[in-house]
Amino acid sequence: MSNIKLRSLLAIGSSALLLAACSGEDASDTSTDEPTTEEDTTADSGDTSGDNTESVDFSVAMVTDEGGVDDRSFNQSAWEGIKEWGQENGLEEGSGYAYYQSDDSSDFVPNFNQALADGYDIIYGIGYLLLDSVNQVADQNPDQHFGIVDDISDRDNVVSLTFKDHQAAFLAGVAAAETTETGKVGFIGGIKGPVIDRFQTGFEAGVAHVDDSIDVDVQYAESFGDAGIGQQIAAGMFSNGADIIYHAAGAVGNGVFTEARNRMESDPDNKLWVIGVDRDQEAEGDYDGGNLTLTSTLKQVGNAVVESTKQAIDEGFPGGETIAYGLEKGGVDLVEGNLSEEAWSAVEEARQGVIDGDIEVPEFTYSN
Amino acid sequence: MQTTSKNRLNALLIPLFSILLGFIFGAILMLLFGYNPIDAYSAMLMGVFNSPYFMGEAIRQATVLTFTGLGFAIAFKAGFFNIGVAGQLLAGWVAAIWVALSFPDLPRIILLTLSLGAAIIAGAVWAGIAGALRAYFGTSEVIVTIMLNYTALHLTNYIIRSVLATGNTTEIVGENASLRVGWLTTLTQGSRINMGLFIAIIVVILYWVFMTQTTAGFEVRAVGLNPDASTYAGMSAKRNIILSMLISGGLAGLGGAVHGLGTFGNLFTQSGLPSLGFNGIAVALLGLGNPVGIFFSSILFGVLDVGAGFMPNRAGVPDEMADIVIAAIIFFVGANYVIRLVLDKMQSNKTAEKGGE
Amino acid sequence: MAQTERVIEMKGITKKFGEFKANDNINLNVEKGEIHALLGENGAGKSTLMNILSGLLEPTSGEIIVNGKKEKIDSPEKANQLGIGMVHQHFMLVDKFTVAENIMLGKEKHNYGFMDDQGAEKDVKDLSDRYGLTVDPSAKIEDISVGMQQRAEILKTLFRGADILIFDEPTGVLTPQEIDELMDIMKKLTDEGKSIILITHKLDEIKKVADRCTVIRRGKSIDTVDVKSTSQQELADMMVGRSVSFKVEKQAPSPKGPVLEIKNLTVKESRGLEAVKNIDLEVKAGEVLGIAGVDGNGQSELIQAITGLTKIESGTIKLDGKDITGKKPREVTETGLGHIPEDRHRHGLVLPMMLEENMTLQQYYQKPFSKNGFLNHGKIKEYAKKLIEEFDVRTQSEESTAASLSGGNQQKAIIAREINRDPALLIAAQPTRGLDVGAIEYIHKRLIEQRDNGKAVLLMSYELDEVMNVSDRIAVMYDGKIIAIVNAEDTSENELGLLMAGVPLEKAKKELAGKVETDGKERATVANDE
Repeated sequence: MSNIKLRSLLAIGSSALLLAACSGEDASDTSTDEPTTEEDTTADSGDTSGDNTESVDFSVAMVTDEGGVDDRSFNQSAWEGIKEWGQENGLEEGSGYAYYQSDDSSDFVPNFNQALADGYDIIYGIGYLLLDSVNQVADQNPDQHFGIVDDISDRDNVVSLTFKDHQAAFLAGVAAAETTETGKVGFIGGIKGPVIDRFQTGFEAGVAHVDDSIDVDVQYAESFGDAGIGQQIAAGMFSNGADIIYHAAGAVGNGVFTEARNRMESDPDNKLWVIGVDRDQEAEGDYDGGNLTLTSTLKQVGNAVVESTKQAIDEGFPGGETIAYGLEKGGVDLVEGNLSEEAWSAVEEARQGVIDGDIEVPEFTYSN
Repeated sequence: MQTTSKNRLNALLIPLFSILLGFIFGAILMLLFGYNPIDAYSAMLMGVFNSPYFMGEAIRQATVLTFTGLGFAIAFKAGFFNIGVAGQLLAGWVAAIWVALSFPDLPRIILLTLSLGAAIIAGAVWAGIAGALRAYFGTSEVIVTIMLNYTALHLTNYIIRSVLATGNTTEIVGENASLRVGWLTTLTQGSRINMGLFIAIIVVILYWVFMTQTTAGFEVRAVGLNPDASTYAGMSAKRNIILSMLISGGLAGLGGAVHGLGTFGNLFTQSGLPSLGFNGIAVALLGLGNPVGIFFSSILFGVLDVGAGFMPNRAGVPDEMADIVIAAIIFFVGANYVIRLVLDKMQSNKTAEKGGE
Repeated sequence: MAQTERVIEMKGITKKFGEFKANDNINLNVEKGEIHALLGENGAGKSTLMNILSGLLEPTSGEIIVNGKKEKIDSPEKANQLGIGMVHQHFMLVDKFTVAENIMLGKEKHNYGFMDDQGAEKDVKDLSDRYGLTVDPSAKIEDISVGMQQRAEILKTLFRGADILIFDEPTGVLTPQEIDELMDIMKKLTDEGKSIILITHKLDEIKKVADRCTVIRRGKSIDTVDVKSTSQQELADMMVGRSVSFKVEKQAPSPKGPVLEIKNLTVKESRGLEAVKNIDLEVKAGEVLGIAGVDGNGQSELIQAITGLTKIESGTIKLDGKDITGKKPREVTETGLGHIPEDRHRHGLVLPMMLEENMTLQQYYQKPFSKNGFLNHGKIKEYAKKLIEEFDVRTQSEESTAASLSGGNQQKAIIAREINRDPALLIAAQPTRGLDVGAIEYIHKRLIEQRDNGKAVLLMSYELDEVMNVSDRIAVMYDGKIIAIVNAEDTSENELGLLMAGVPLEKAKKELAGKVETDGKERATVANDE
């Protein structure tokens, strides 16, 4: 833990010193006192193997994308999952489990090769950005097992872990539609692409599922890191009458929270909400008069990585398979957060409908 | 009473001292935070030099840095701070991939020439905008190139999504457009080192020839050192501003092509400006604008960059430490006045001792 | 000068740079309340000696006694403590700061951490009143005249409590009036008990203000003499080490057809005001035409227009029969123009480049120095070596940077470059500014030689002596116009002085006719009155 703290300290130091600083990710680290809600929700699936304290002869490594291991998003989620799994099984960091951090897209392939040289059994690439690199290394090392998160590889020695983000987003849409008073809600995406498109599609479908007269204002920040743009877009949406914004835009979302907080603190009667993404963002919603995080969609990257690892240990490596984690496997979900009883029951109903197959959630805005 | 040979010696000693001090500074910092610097540095160096693969990767990284470094250096020589190397590199990358994907069936030599040519032109145009604005309207090239960087970034992402592909990644270019060379790949056990290395070496030589042996290079140097006197002597400052920016951008664009066709073979949406562009500035400063110096500092940076990846897992030291070492080296190059002072003192002490006896 | 108290005693000072002895066993004594001139050619070692005294350099051997006590001056702060202050040739002032801020720099007045601007300005005002150093404390340095900048620089040293002031070539940048004012200030300072060391190579200044003079030549102190009892000629001979002539030796001119023809020329300066107003001017082959005038009356703009460096508003310029109106500098140069610019550091040379490169700064693109865009370094070197020898440019080698040369040798290099191209017209702007007598003599000779070879020479100078000595005809510029052209032989300093002040020729002649011969001092006042 202190190691991680130091990292960010050094990162700040380096950006001050470095003339050509472009790492830019000096988001201060809060992983040490992460809200425990996340662990509560993951505990359900973790418990089944919780009492297995024997050391396993298996090792796992992950290669991060450019966000780094402390991105407060899915790199961090994946690493926390792997670390927990490793510690439960009595493995050593650096031999039983490890991460390789990429500062630049050209680091991806060398990082895989480094992990290869260090001899890990499965090497996961965290994020769709790593697909090409995974494929390339997988072709060169047909006997090695790999995993890719958030995208699909057609190689036999790669397991693809995808998430039905649209299902969680659908529930967010239901929650938003049940809560809005202005009849207008907003969606802010990060960089346009298939992954974020799922969020948008699911959210729009969820809103329409409740009431198709509700307007959804959709905008993209073209960034996952620029909080300033997030704040700008949010300001526009709130001014145009939206009272709830769902963001799927990483650190851009911090700006959305800031804007909502500012508005709530100056005009507390005009209730505004933000829906968080990937992990429970309730802490980001704290303001003077309470909390404005309506709810958050969850994406359990750590769970998925651990699940597929366990599957590899118990049943053999699921090479070539695509495992889609949806509501039914707890791979994605929506937290209760500050939802009203009424809204929460509508969400629960919708969740059951999706799991049972009664409700078909579209995945993409376009058909392919 | 400075002699040229002494200057030349100092020109070599200053970067070497800076590098040494940078490593020492990094080591002190590691000790302060309870890390073992010897472990860290040996993990870094062993990681690279013990493996042909990682040596290949370091050289590949150095190859691109050579282009961006030379690109920055030539503008710098002419008196400009081209901070837009990153954007020009992107422009070249886009152009090279675009051409390669558009004419997949052309013979390799023609396709590669076309791709690299398009990249040079794209980079040159991108930098030329800043050059022309500076020459005719006196706008600051620093501000313009920074803005063009972001324009290049977002334009690149738009082109990928709307023109070259539907998602976030283009297809991989065909064999005919790849810069990879079989024997090099085999020699380095599958690294992505490519013929960009040879192009870089040729460009280093051409750069030297241009700057020292041609009248155009003479003008660029003279205008950079004293634009007033050069104008009085009949040179056109405007012409040289634009020329040096075109060459600067062209070199960065070529670097982008080598990165695109050599390292990746495709183009994907970028979440930020490529760091190779900014590190090129550092490389040029460490190389003190000398093309051979830039080549060797590129290699150093390549080794640092790739070797840094070994520090967390083999020495338990965060890889950001490598960034700090790089930053410190650049700092000491920037503060070379201090080093010069120390060197002068040492030399004068020596002569004084000799004279005293 | 009743006191004989020694404030400074430098004994056997030697300073070596490598094998080179910049100072070789120099002795210098300065007495309280005197102005002590330090005379020597450029590169003789004056600056080195003064840098040792002001703590910037440490001597290799020798000792320094200040106010009777042996001191080791190892830093400028130490020199400050001892009351030694330097008024630099290139002012050490921050352009964007006010006079008061500059004077206070490093010793700012403040109230509880806040700058006390009024207090500072008042202090400066008091100090300037005391010594008669008129400055405007609240004006920014960039907005005030060079003369006032220098006064600010002097005040700065006084403010730091200096009793021994070193003036390093203080008059190089001043107008004649400002020089007179400075002389008065220096006298006033010594009356107040300060001691002054005046570094210079201008003999008339020494004669005017100095009490004693120490002459340095090639790092050695030659002699210390009493100024009153020594003639300028004697001083000059001591400095140069041989007999020098002040008078420019020349035959009567034999002018031929016009080389430069200017008609109705109007030029605007950078702020859009007319700097040159509808001028007609002709320079003939075989003559030196001098342009006299106080700085800022359009001389620089006129030259920039001829050389193609500035846009012309209206009018025509012909060089050697060809119309060069609106042509670029290179085209003008190729038509047959040589130009020795006013500011050799900014406009004449690329200082960090090698001497050989500077020698071919205009010709590098021509044969034989290059072919098909590639430089021929061999030919360039050969050419530079030839010029260095022919024009006696003192340098370690042709590969030394232009910056490493002394001012006189830099100017020689420029002159070599410009004359050797054999231009039909040679423009020399302030060609001897800041140079010592030896170099001045040499440069004047070269200009005359050029004339005698049938070329036209346009000489622009702010120094009347120079204009009168070298020119055949003199055009006086005032307020952008040429108010008179006179023959050098038929005019006098007084007449020129009046013309330069804007008095029309007729009136000036009348005024002078009504007066008895006046000395130089009165001439200045007359000129000032108008």
